[in-house]
Amino acid sequence: MKFVDEYRSGESVGEYCRALAEITTQPWTIMEICGGQTHSIVKHGIQEMIPPELTLLHGPGCPVCVTPMELIDHAVHIASLSNVIFCSFGDMLRVPGSEKDLFSVKAKGGDVRIVLSPMEALEIAKEFPEKEVVFFAIGFETTAPANAMAIHQARQENLKNISFLVSQVIVPPAMRTILEFPDNRVQGFLAAGHVCTIMGTQEYEPLAREFQIPIVVTGFEPLDIVQGIYMCVRQLEAGCAQVENQYSRAVKKEGNLAAQKLIEEVFQIVPQKWRGVGEIAQSGLGLKNSYSAFDASTRFLLESRRCEIDSPCISGEVLMGIKKPDECTAFGTSCTPDSPFGATMVSSEGACSAYFRYKRVAP
Amino acid sequence: MFRLFSLQAGGTMTEENGFSCPLPFHENAVVTLAHGGGGSLTHQLIEKIFRPAFDNPDLETEHDSAIIEVGAGKLAFTTDSYVVQPLIFPGGDIGSLAVNGTVNDLAMSGARPLYLSAGFILEEGLAMETLWSVVQSMKQSALSAGVKIITGDTKVVDKGKGDGIFINTSGIGVIEQGVAIHPSQIQSGDEILLSGDIARHGMAILSARKDSGFQNQIESDCASVAGEVLSLLDAGVRCLRDLTRGGLATALIEISGSAGVSIEINESEIPVQENVKGACEILGFDPLYVANEGRFVAFVNPKDTAQALSIMKKASADARKIGRVTEPAGKRVTLKTRAGSSRMLNMLSGEQLPRIC
Repeated sequence: MKFVDEYRSGESVGEYCRALAEITTQPWTIMEICGGQTHSIVKHGIQEMIPPELTLLHGPGCPVCVTPMELIDHAVHIASLSNVIFCSFGDMLRVPGSEKDLFSVKAKGGDVRIVLSPMEALEIAKEFPEKEVVFFAIGFETTAPANAMAIHQARQENLKNISFLVSQVIVPPAMRTILEFPDNRVQGFLAAGHVCTIMGTQEYEPLAREFQIPIVVTGFEPLDIVQGIYMCVRQLEAGCAQVENQYSRAVKKEGNLAAQKLIEEVFQIVPQKWRGVGEIAQSGLGLKNSYSAFDASTRFLLESRRCEIDSPCISGEVLMGIKKPDECTAFGTSCTPDSPFGATMVSSEGACSAYFRYKRVAP
Repeated sequence: MFRLFSLQAGGTMTEENGFSCPLPFHENAVVTLAHGGGGSLTHQLIEKIFRPAFDNPDLETEHDSAIIEVGAGKLAFTTDSYVVQPLIFPGGDIGSLAVNGTVNDLAMSGARPLYLSAGFILEEGLAMETLWSVVQSMKQSALSAGVKIITGDTKVVDKGKGDGIFINTSGIGVIEQGVAIHPSQIQSGDEILLSGDIARHGMAILSARKDSGFQNQIESDCASVAGEVLSLLDAGVRCLRDLTRGGLATALIEISGSAGVSIEINESEIPVQENVKGACEILGFDPLYVANEGRFVAFVNPKDTAQALSIMKKASADARKIGRVTEPAGKRVTLKTRAGSSRMLNMLSGEQLPRIC
């Protein structure tokens, strides 16, 4: 398949790994932001192919993983109501709240539906005017335009029976938080290619300058990733700290302006809680006042509450690159995809799930 | 298909609390869709609920069918229930699925499929035309597979209590003298042949759903493989397994577990149609775990590979050798990736879910 097969070619990956070995003279620690990149790294065994001096840390870019537990509890509460059709991306259904997940609600008779796009929720709302339809609008900058489009269209069409439970996060403030940790080890970033498809690369310039750190916008296939690492190491070895674009076949410097406009129309920047990490200033997107009628948390009068459960889960540290999944005592023993403690073990973009699913085999 | 897996440690029920068996799950636990996905939760259900309750020497099977000795001969016996939406999809319908699925389970134990039963659970309000069309399809599939449907049952449930049609078929086949197809026959060094391209059925069903948005029609691979398998029996095949729920990966993991061997396969040898690959990429699915309904793997002595492969290629030009059985240590399935690394394949919890972005 074009744009996929050539980026999975063992020969090209091998060539880049050899080139990488030639330019690497000392240990470097690089973080890939996106969970999709983490999965690709673990699935294709990239850590084993690159020079041993290079350490890859896995970043927070897993939308399911960072959605706060109280929001899952809110979702569970709403989805259990008899007049509600609760629509969500599939990955969200297995994520544990403080008591249960959305799959359990479905199993007990809740009308929980997996949709591939928020626009489907709109169609469902039109098909069932007597029901309250709620869409779980989560994700990073990548899902924000489609979610914004659905919310915008719901207002345009004056739909009264749809609302959105929103948990939108944005990447750059999380990178800043990681860099500001006193014991931060990250020396270079592979920025998330798809996020930059929407937002462009310019917002990373200040971070690269302020923290003197190279940031390489990188794709998701094995060749993309070793190329991204190569570009990052080339900068580190030369003492550079710039924003570079490896994923130029998809990412433009200015991003997707139409999508950005739509995001601005519907959302405003708000403080946002990240599961396992805590609140990060200016790191979320909340509905603007002009769209507050579509806010499920006010429509269903959800009270904000703290929920803390006693769990050995270290997903917060995993998300921030402080620990690796296999450093957790529960990993693969009491915490597995069948009975996960944290969202990082559930999601197809979670680092723990990647480590569990793609166990390595010595060549 | 109700394949039973050998019982693992920890799955045995005790009667320490008296005469009653305690429920081996948390009291609030409920059955979820993932329990039917063919992955580790399905196996957990079998091992914790069904296996301990029904345990008897004849149930001790790691096959697609149970083998019963009757006089001097051997019969294969199997059953499977079919639930699918939409009822009619590109490349088949619930009727062809119900016949071919059970026929294939019989074929996988080296049996010549002979007779099927058909049990229907119909939902009130089902269009008679839909039922007629499904039944015609069963008739055609049975004719092509050379089996007779000789008994059946019909029940109707209230509107909203079913999903149009559920079908259960059971099948009986006869195993010829000298045929011994079983995971225990697998030997180190055996080669693994795949009968064609994978992941079509699962993606056909997904893309046929009205909400999928896919315009590129994918056809299910739903078909009987009984004829092909009967010709293969003369070519020194040691074990067969059809790839259904859970896909190629799950089938190989199950076989590696029951045969006590390790398996190594090459990603670059596994054929996947371009449109199927594209749909998988969009949803974030691994084709290795997507369902098939007309594909199987054959384990053969390397000296028989050429003959077996030439038989398989007559049915599908995409049939090919995808790997081999390695030393028994570890009972693991290893995939050599296109990118040049190796990784272990593990059973998924349930079905794959579409990714978010």
